[in-house]
Amino acid sequence: MKELTYVRATDAAEAVAAVAADPDARFLAAGTNLVDHLKLGVATPGTVVDVSRLPLAEVEPLDGGGVRIGTNVRNTDLAVHPLVRHGFPAVSRALLAGASGQIRNQATTGGNLLQRTRCVYFQDVTTPCNKREPGSGCSAIGGFGRYDAILGASEACVATHPSDLAVALAALEARVVVLGPDGERRVPMTELHRLPGHHPERDTTLAHGELVTHVELTGSDLALRSTYVKVRDRASYAFALVSVAAGLELDGDGEDAVVRDVRLAWGGVAHKPWRATAAEDVLRGRPLDAAAVREAVDAETRDATTTTENAYKPAMLRGATTAALAALAGRDLA
Amino acid sequence: MDSTVTLTVDGTSHEVDVDTRTTLLDALRERLGVHTVKKGCDHGQCGSCTVLLDDRRHLTCLALAVAHDGATITTADGLGEGDDLHPVQQAFLNHDGYQCGYCTPGQVCSAVGMLEEVKQGHPSHVTDDLKADVDLDGDPDDSGMVDDEITERMSGNLCRCGAYRGIVDAIREAAGLEPRQDDARVEQEARP
Ligand SMILES: Cc1cc2nc3c(=O)[nH]c(=O)nc-3n(C[C@H](O)[C@H](O)[C@H](O)COP(=O)(O)OP(=O)(O)OC[C@H]3O[C@@H](n4cnc5c(N)ncnc54)[C@H](O)[C@@H]3O)c2cc1C
Ligand code: SF4
Repeated sequence: MKELTYVRATDAAEAVAAVAADPDARFLAAGTNLVDHLKLGVATPGTVVDVSRLPLAEVEPLDGGGVRIGTNVRNTDLAVHPLVRHGFPAVSRALLAGASGQIRNQATTGGNLLQRTRCVYFQDVTTPCNKREPGSGCSAIGGFGRYDAILGASEACVATHPSDLAVALAALEARVVVLGPDGERRVPMTELHRLPGHHPERDTTLAHGELVTHVELTGSDLALRSTYVKVRDRASYAFALVSVAAGLELDGDGEDAVVRDVRLAWGGVAHKPWRATAAEDVLRGRPLDAAAVREAVDAETRDATTTTENAYKPAMLRGATTAALAALAGRDLA
Repeated sequence: MDSTVTLTVDGTSHEVDVDTRTTLLDALRERLGVHTVKKGCDHGQCGSCTVLLDDRRHLTCLALAVAHDGATITTADGLGEGDDLHPVQQAFLNHDGYQCGYCTPGQVCSAVGMLEEVKQGHPSHVTDDLKADVDLDGDPDDSGMVDDEITERMSGNLCRCGAYRGIVDAIREAAGLEPRQDDARVEQEARP
């Protein structure tokens, strides 16, 4: 591991200034991803600026049932917070489905969103990877492909974004509050991460030195009736093969209920949390049944590209999306 | 770059100079000689390096020691009172919640932290109702639910010997729950 200078930030603006001025510096939160990458040689910063003790660890209520979440709120504390459990169950469910009890106690909100892909080649410095080393090639294409993206991938990178929380926040239209050298701005959650295109080395739309300080959620009926379904290789402590965050509002009851409004986002399918707006459009105004959900998912995955190794994903999305909406409707979808 | 950090480990305060790249795990084992904390995978995937850090279960392998200056750490060694084992440790002994024992200090710390989380009302991934009060006991007629809660909440601690059954039985005892019908110890005692 390269020599490392450690700086403990006491002020957010100072932390931003320190990282923005030094291309070789990185923010450090709990380190559950970054320290792993230091050991693996995947990240080689000369300086880390530790932001984990900045006083940004509150979940504050906003008018209308919303919440403002400080970046240093730990995943456990966010998942179990009464305002989140009641008002945004998809967020609690997504967090509780991620990592382990220990890691959730450590991991921060901002660090979770900005964790990097679990692509096996990205984490192995002996293999070419455009994300880790631009221009070196992509070992995943033609290689181990079980986890690869099926939507929005490029010839340069087929990796998926690993955060469960990010998927729930994308469905519930969260905003990320970002502090940069020129002040604060708000980025819609769906625009925080980007598709790989020709620059897979860039995961997000943030500039170097921009610090996530908060995440804001607006209260709504869709958020109140929301959930998260995650499918993985083992029952617990594994990243998603695919996942679904869903919010649902129905008109009427029982089998005649019609979808008044719906939010869907998918994990494990793209370089970013994938907001499934085409699927939402199919469902809005329709009676909620299995055929409608299938049609909706198929509309969203029409342009999906799969290989033999990840060809299971569209079908798994149909099943997981049906399960999520059935849970919200409180009945089986025939 | 070196830094001096203060760590209180199992009741004893230490000042130690560490290179900034040193993990908490390596500072404990290599610098302070605290070998109760085990190095398994060293990448956050196995849980054997679990301690209680400021009273919460916490991995030590993915944490820089400098970032935890001032922390209070309890390892499995510091859980008991004098010669008396902590009830969770005693329960692991009672139920053979281990085979080779390497993951055990991490399992025990994790179990103590997990039971405290339950006490505080934290739901888990397998908890049906996020809004309800939470306990491990669940429906008394449905012992499956209890074990699902325990295994989900303990999923961050792997045991390569596969002593999971004994671990679950130990945690049931430590949590004051009824033993499972096919708990190995119950079967043994019932044998003529
Ligand atoms: C074994 C294992 C299993 C896991 N399973 C899951 C899972 O199932 N689901 C899941 O979602 N996650 C999972 N994780 C990932 C875990 O959730 C992340 O490692 C964690 O959330 C990162 O948070 P952190 O505070 O430790 O971030 P760090 O590791 O400190 O930082 C991560 C990145 O974010 C940057 N950063 C941190 N804070 C900020 C900020 N405020 N502003 C700007 N940049 C910032 C850092 O520079 C770094 O690049 C798993 C991790 C492990 C080790
Ligand atoms: S998919 Fe992306 S992260 Fe994985 S090897 Fe290819 S370029 Fe690297």
